[in-house]
Amino acid sequence: MTAAGTRVAIVDYGAGNLVSIEQALTTAGATVHRALSAGEIGPADLLVVPGVGAAAPAMDRLRRGGFVEPIRAWVAADRPFLGICLGLQLLFEGSDEDGAETLGIFPGRTVRLAGAPTLPHIGWNQVNRRREHPAFGGIVQGADFYFVHSYVGVPAGEAGRAVILGETDHGSRFVSAIARGRLLGVQFHPERSGANGLRLVANVVRLASAA
Amino acid sequence: MLRRRVIPCLDVANGRVVKGTNFVDLVDEGDPPDLAQRYAHEGADEIVFLDIAAAPEGRGTLLDIVERTARRAFIPLTVGGGVRSVDDMRDVLRAGADKVSLNTRAVADPGLVTRCAARFGSQAVVVAIDARRVASGNPALPSGFEVVVQGGREPVGLDAIAWALRAVELGAGELLVTSIDRDGTGSGFDTDLLHAISSRVPVPVIASGGAAGPADFVTAIRDGGADAVLAAGIFHRSEYSIAQVKAAMAAAGLPVRALEQEIVT
Repeated sequence: MTAAGTRVAIVDYGAGNLVSIEQALTTAGATVHRALSAGEIGPADLLVVPGVGAAAPAMDRLRRGGFVEPIRAWVAADRPFLGICLGLQLLFEGSDEDGAETLGIFPGRTVRLAGAPTLPHIGWNQVNRRREHPAFGGIVQGADFYFVHSYVGVPAGEAGRAVILGETDHGSRFVSAIARGRLLGVQFHPERSGANGLRLVANVVRLASAA
Repeated sequence: MLRRRVIPCLDVANGRVVKGTNFVDLVDEGDPPDLAQRYAHEGADEIVFLDIAAAPEGRGTLLDIVERTARRAFIPLTVGGGVRSVDDMRDVLRAGADKVSLNTRAVADPGLVTRCAARFGSQAVVVAIDARRVASGNPALPSGFEVVVQGGREPVGLDAIAWALRAVELGAGELLVTSIDRDGTGSGFDTDLLHAISSRVPVPVIASGGAAGPADFVTAIRDGGADAVLAAGIFHRSEYSIAQVKAAMAAAGLPVRALEQEIVT
């Protein structure tokens, strides 16, 4: 299958701007649709969970859309998955932001970024990879990506630490990318990160089409 | 390390980018999506759109412009002007904005800041503060800076520094601070105003109003403590490129995003 045939479902749970991620995926050659409920995910090669804002209202809307179990099953089956910002944080067990219980796919919690000179952490910052990953193919080590957040997911235990892919410094070092199998989670916004971000999205689409 | 941002501002009225001095005598400077895309290619770190007409009947036009811009410029987009409710903010975000800037409406209805932050998160809520210097000795304005609203036309007797602190308490995740005295004059940023705010709030401060050249960007950051610097006319009129500004910032030892980081595989 070519990238042009890659079908992408974006989980649409009222999390604000979906235009940018939709456009980035389309630019990469994917065929994109928004799923307002789990039944609308349909046949898809890649599932994208975007999102900004607080965890509790996001989990409420995911539950109302019937998304919780389908997302867990999708990841458990190691199908291609991209979580962005809140869509990464929700993969952990819970959030200190509002005490919400989240998807619990990875051990760990979402906590307020410690020691930050400014908060929210808004702007372009470097992602330092701890290992190579095809999603970052063609992107230099330490490249800048766009962040806009106050909370970060902290993987716990050996199983949690094993998924760490990239780290970023803002007062303290935090996990800015995780990967396991065909799952990628990023704290930054690739759809807002210029040429580097478009390349990452194109890589993710290509990897999904090859899956 | 977090980069210091350079942000071209597009003042939009009736679907076109305009620029005037002290918010009057507006001159047409182009199509918003065209300019946004050009700036994104040149290395802008973010784009700010201010709908300075902000007439309710023009909302559809604005949302269309936001969406066309979001589909062409893959960098963050902040939209301000005419957002009066949580639903208005939702519409602007759904059209493709990443952040919304509240100004006049936040002064009139401070609870709006809190409601928007609760719904979309503080990181999506920018409070824009237009300030002017006033004669010292006014007990209502101890800092010597007064908030003006309605596009810089209407002083409201509110201390600008006190309002900045309050806005952050209410839920603002970023402050866009414009000196109305300097705006469009090319006389440099008001670093006293910037420093008075940036030294007292944890959130990032965007400096605005008065840029004449690259050295002013350096000063706004170094002396004003700004996290990001916004300008309009000097970019629209091609007096300086974003690359020239960033080169000056880098030469001054400030961290900036490299323009070309892609490598060929």
